[in-house]
Amino acid sequence: MSEDTSVTRRNFLYITTGSFAAAGSAALAWPFVDQMNPDASVKALASTEVDLTPILPGQSITILWRGKPVFIRRRTPEEITEASKVKLDELPDPEGDEDRVQNPEWLIMVGICTHLGCIPLGQKGEYNGWFCPCHGSHYDTSGRIRKGPAPKNLEIPQYVFLDENTVKIG
Amino acid sequence: MSDNYEPSSAIGKWFDKRLPLLTLFAGHVLPYPTPKNLNYWWTFGGILTFCLIAQIVTGLVLAMHYVADADQAFNSVEHIMRDVNFGWMLRYIHANGASMMFMAVYIHMARSLFYGSYKEPRELIWIIGVFIFLLMIATAFMGYVLPWGQMSFWAATVITNLFSAIPFVGESITNWLWGGYAVGSPLLTRFFTLHYLMPFLIFALVILHVWALHVPGNNNPEGIDVVQGSQDTVPFHPHYVVKDMFALVVFLVIFAGFIFFVPNLLGHTDNYIPANPLQTPEHIVPEWYFLPFYAILRSVPDKLGGVILMVSSIAILAFLPWLDTSKVRSAKYRPLYKQFFWLFIADVILLGYLGSQTADGLFLLIARIATAYYFIHFLVLMPLLGFVEKTKPLPKSISEPVLSKEEREGQATQST
Repeated sequence: MSEDTSVTRRNFLYITTGSFAAAGSAALAWPFVDQMNPDASVKALASTEVDLTPILPGQSITILWRGKPVFIRRRTPEEITEASKVKLDELPDPEGDEDRVQNPEWLIMVGICTHLGCIPLGQKGEYNGWFCPCHGSHYDTSGRIRKGPAPKNLEIPQYVFLDENTVKIG
Repeated sequence: MSDNYEPSSAIGKWFDKRLPLLTLFAGHVLPYPTPKNLNYWWTFGGILTFCLIAQIVTGLVLAMHYVADADQAFNSVEHIMRDVNFGWMLRYIHANGASMMFMAVYIHMARSLFYGSYKEPRELIWIIGVFIFLLMIATAFMGYVLPWGQMSFWAATVITNLFSAIPFVGESITNWLWGGYAVGSPLLTRFFTLHYLMPFLIFALVILHVWALHVPGNNNPEGIDVVQGSQDTVPFHPHYVVKDMFALVVFLVIFAGFIFFVPNLLGHTDNYIPANPLQTPEHIVPEWYFLPFYAILRSVPDKLGGVILMVSSIAILAFLPWLDTSKVRSAKYRPLYKQFFWLFIADVILLGYLGSQTADGLFLLIARIATAYYFIHFLVLMPLLGFVEKTKPLPKSISEPVLSKEEREGQATQST
């Protein structure tokens, strides 16, 4: 700014008016955007409790949590050994089996393929874990990606064992 | 003006040559010549445009959460109020927005009545406006039915039953409207569809309204024609853009006051009770903006007669340009009409009050007198005044009344 163009009252008024209008419009626009976010009734359903008593070793169930399928599998001892003896450098997304379970018998994970969101089929594929029929991703008995286009292991949700036979997901 | 407008940027030139949107915008907004004496009563056109857009935008997001089904509508509105992020605010803007829009449209119409804006050559602007008003009434009524509370349900019942007054085919028409033998889910679903459609029809009519306005240009408080090539006009931007904006901000302060402090003041508590087809609320009244027409409906002891009179009370507005025989537009120069104008406003407010009261005894008698006066104003006084009224002399130009005596004399010698 050169010396003879000093800041006038009008400049000040323009800038303050403009700033107020811009801040006001932004504040008003937010509710119109936020109304599409998950609402209170959706958030209220954010955790689900599951009774584990009926599940025998080698069986699994699929439950709905936040509208997504969650696999709960009671693994057989063979599956657990198979999962824990895999070397980390063989894995595209290296993660130890012990980091993916709280109790090795119970494998709990979100049943959504990390490729494009289909639901993998259980006890299928080259690694005897899960196989996604959409684009051919193979997961092992720990739900880790071994072969195919998926980039990551199946996601582990937050959960706690409330007692021996009850788990709370979310 | 638009004839010699040339976009400054290269992209603007390229675009405007292929689609002259910029020329259109420049011609109708930026330097559009506007009488320099427009007062704040002229800001309500802009305010109404804002209201319409606000209603469309809030309505769009409400429709994302609302369910148009008799079993779920009420709960889905409660879901909006309690669960949806900012749902309470969006709904309160929309519900109070309807009231604010009617407040603005009544002022806008009263402005036209006072300053004679409906007269030659602006008859069509006024008639399009009457159609916009009719669509607004239909839209507001259907919107009021959607929450499916007690008032919604019984408003729908009463208003659709108006059609049963039509001789011979009345019952078939109401059954057709309801899609059944009483108000229920089919009616709710079709009302939702139409409620969604009509604001866009209003928007289309608003474009015609403004288009028709821009042919003769604005009327003004003096009610005289702008002298071509004089200094009677100023460019719309920045003069009236800033004036409209300021009025809009003041209007929004009042609007926000309703939304955040008394959001249910203009509503009825009974509408927070889910619709019950087995019980009518004790005292059923429409929203405040329909009260004068409701009073007219109730003041006639005959079913068909009441409906005809109520419809006529709005339809008669469309004929006003020919019912008014006076050549002088502005009430400023019509001493008699000026008094009758205020009497008419008082009459409409009185009708509104009577519409909110029970229709018997003294109230009913006064309502009948007020209804009669409403029609006398249009059918007797307006045609008669043009012949008996001695109007004041009109100024030669918009500038003349504000010039000093010497300047006026100077102007007179120049013009001779």
